[in-house]
Amino acid sequence: MLSRVADTLYWMSRYLERAEHTARLLDLQLHLMLELDAAALEKRWERLLISLHIPPPPTGKTDSFTMTHWITFDPTNRNSLVSCIADARENARHVREEISTEMWEQVNLLSLQVKDAEIETIWDDQPHVFFRTVKEGVHLFQGITDSTMNHGEGWQFIQLGRALERVTATAVLLKTHFEPQIRYQDTITEDYLEWIGLLKSCTAFEAYCKVYTAQLRPDRIAEFLILNPEFPHSIRFSIDEIHRALQAVAQSTENKRARNVNRLSGRLRATLDFGQIDEIVGSGLHVYLDTVQAECTQIHDAIYQAYITYPIDELVS
Amino acid sequence: MSKINTRFPPPFARYDIDGAFDEMFDSEGAVRDHYLAIYQRLLELPAGELQNRQQAADLSFLHQGITFTVYGNDEQLERIFPYDLLPRIITGAEWGTIERGLTQRITAINLFLRDIYHEGKILNDGVVPRELIYSCKYYRRQMRGIHVPNDVYVAVVGTDLIRVDSGEFVILEDNLRVPSGVSYMLANRQVMKYVFPRLFSAYGVRSIDHYGQALLSTLRSLAPKRRMDPKIVLLSPGVYNSAYFEHAFLARQMGITLVEGSSLLVHDNVLYMRTTAGLERVDVIYRRVDDDFLDPLAFRPDSLLGVPGLLNAYRAGNVALANAIGTGVADDKAVYAYVPAIIRYYLGEDAILNNVETYLLFDDVQRRYVLDNLEHLVVKAVGESGGYGMLIGPQSTAAEREDFRRRINANPRNYVAQPTLALSRAPCFIDGQVEPRHIDLRPYILYGDQVSIAPGGLTRVALRRGSLVVNSSQGGGSKDTWVLQQ
Repeated sequence: MLSRVADTLYWMSRYLERAEHTARLLDLQLHLMLELDAAALEKRWERLLISLHIPPPPTGKTDSFTMTHWITFDPTNRNSLVSCIADARENARHVREEISTEMWEQVNLLSLQVKDAEIETIWDDQPHVFFRTVKEGVHLFQGITDSTMNHGEGWQFIQLGRALERVTATAVLLKTHFEPQIRYQDTITEDYLEWIGLLKSCTAFEAYCKVYTAQLRPDRIAEFLILNPEFPHSIRFSIDEIHRALQAVAQSTENKRARNVNRLSGRLRATLDFGQIDEIVGSGLHVYLDTVQAECTQIHDAIYQAYITYPIDELVS
Repeated sequence: MSKINTRFPPPFARYDIDGAFDEMFDSEGAVRDHYLAIYQRLLELPAGELQNRQQAADLSFLHQGITFTVYGNDEQLERIFPYDLLPRIITGAEWGTIERGLTQRITAINLFLRDIYHEGKILNDGVVPRELIYSCKYYRRQMRGIHVPNDVYVAVVGTDLIRVDSGEFVILEDNLRVPSGVSYMLANRQVMKYVFPRLFSAYGVRSIDHYGQALLSTLRSLAPKRRMDPKIVLLSPGVYNSAYFEHAFLARQMGITLVEGSSLLVHDNVLYMRTTAGLERVDVIYRRVDDDFLDPLAFRPDSLLGVPGLLNAYRAGNVALANAIGTGVADDKAVYAYVPAIIRYYLGEDAILNNVETYLLFDDVQRRYVLDNLEHLVVKAVGESGGYGMLIGPQSTAAEREDFRRRINANPRNYVAQPTLALSRAPCFIDGQVEPRHIDLRPYILYGDQVSIAPGGLTRVALRRGSLVVNSSQGGGSKDTWVLQQ
């Protein structure tokens, strides 16, 4: 597969995941907002911006309408939901001959749907419906991808993009929620909504309850979102996926330069496989999550060195 | 040109017959036999139904992303290529003549290109003036003496034909460099089959679906012989090119890799592409990049679209290009005037499809005539395409004619003139009614081990009433083209 194509598929997938993540967070925010007082609301918007890597709106306003517009539609915001979908579509357009027609039509349709939407109509009507359209549009794309594209190298790069994006997003989200003074083993009684919100941001509330019951404890929430091997939004699950995809790519390309990147992903995977939540919070959750993020960045760079921007001198001499 | 006052029933109420050849009605206003079935169907359809189908078709193009890019002031717009609902129908007999004529023409042109880049017999014999060739903008001296696989210079052609008043098809332009539009031909057919399924199947239309395979096998036939399983790629200028949709479409149809120059490199006169598994050798390029941009070392040094060293790899026979470099010389509008002579010279036959009468302005007598009659003629720059660099005499102002007069006198070699032609007209669905619009025809010809022509082609439509300009860059659209079995 062309390096350019691998690169483009990877980013297409990352942008779509980012869009879905944004839609999920916003949907929840607008839902929680109904029960929050003004101060709590403003704090929550602030936290949302941080967890999405989006700077505050240039107007300085912090009301919910402005925020929703800024995060969802504003074209000058490179990370807005609409920008992410436009970028995903643009990437898809660059590899149109590589993805299936069905995949292309779905990402094209999704981009037409969000392009035609307007904040005023959505705001007055039911914002929930719009964000649901985005989430479902992305899920549909993933389903179409799984059932219409060869599960070869290109597909693996799509999985890699999604998993890396998801790990990073979840790590940031956890960092913004777990404040340093938290008592990890106390059952949550106050700001109950916030913690449910965190779980729901990762579509994890129901899954969490099945494992731990509805009793919420910070350490259990952290354990679930970081170390659970079976839940698709846990960090460990995505790291497993990254390692698996990288091995598959290495195998199909028979690429000798793959050794370094596979070593990195294998090492990170082992850390998560054998990690324990009390050790992690004992030595600092934030430090731990920072390390995970840094290693993901290393993996990203190593993918590029192995498959995409490798030097060609050694190959032709 | 007297108008016949035939009153047509709806949805044809706004239809009229003038001097131009009408594809559906004869000069008396009677429906031609091969259009009868569709005519009946249009009368039967409930009002509004055509509109519904047009909307369904437009939406289908939009959702499939079959668009081209228009560059505006601050943003790029993706537009769908306007699609007209009503098919253009060509009988089997008419098609037979077109097919024989195009086959003859492409065969002669390939022989001609081989000759002028090698011995130059036709120049020595004075059939085509030597200075005409050497002064041509698209003549590439770098191609002198290069052996081209199978002597195939032009493998892919999209010839423009028009039908004149008499009903005869004549050749307007050859388009021998990187002709585009074939994807619209294929996409139009796909949509047509959804929109008018029963009518389509009742008509006995010849299939065009095998174009992708035919193109692939043409490209494969050009691969260096020693390469067992040749790697074929399509070289595109990239996603910002207005024909990018077509590049991706064709690559997918053929299952070949779509590349941009940045993915390719030449080492030791061998062409490689950068893949995740390392470098992979490339044997054939179906290039959709103009000569000038192919290799910055040989042609325009500022080109970022090509591959440094490509010409040397080509010269060494390590990679084949379709089309070859320098084919534009036969596309020059002054050289075009010699094609009937070229056919006679190499094949000893008369041209089956005639040219449009063309005045060569470097000839003193012809130039004098043209300058005296500018208001009746069409003047074209020899190296332009897409409807640019033209003077349409009857629609021109005195100032425009004066401007062209000056330009012609300054550089007579650079212009040709032709009589103003009325393109034939066909029924089109416009604003809820069926109205006549002028059309042309671009069939797609493949020349490899054998000549293969997709039955039909792209029928382009001048969507503005009375307009003769069909180019997509200037407000043209297209419609499906049916060639009948019978």
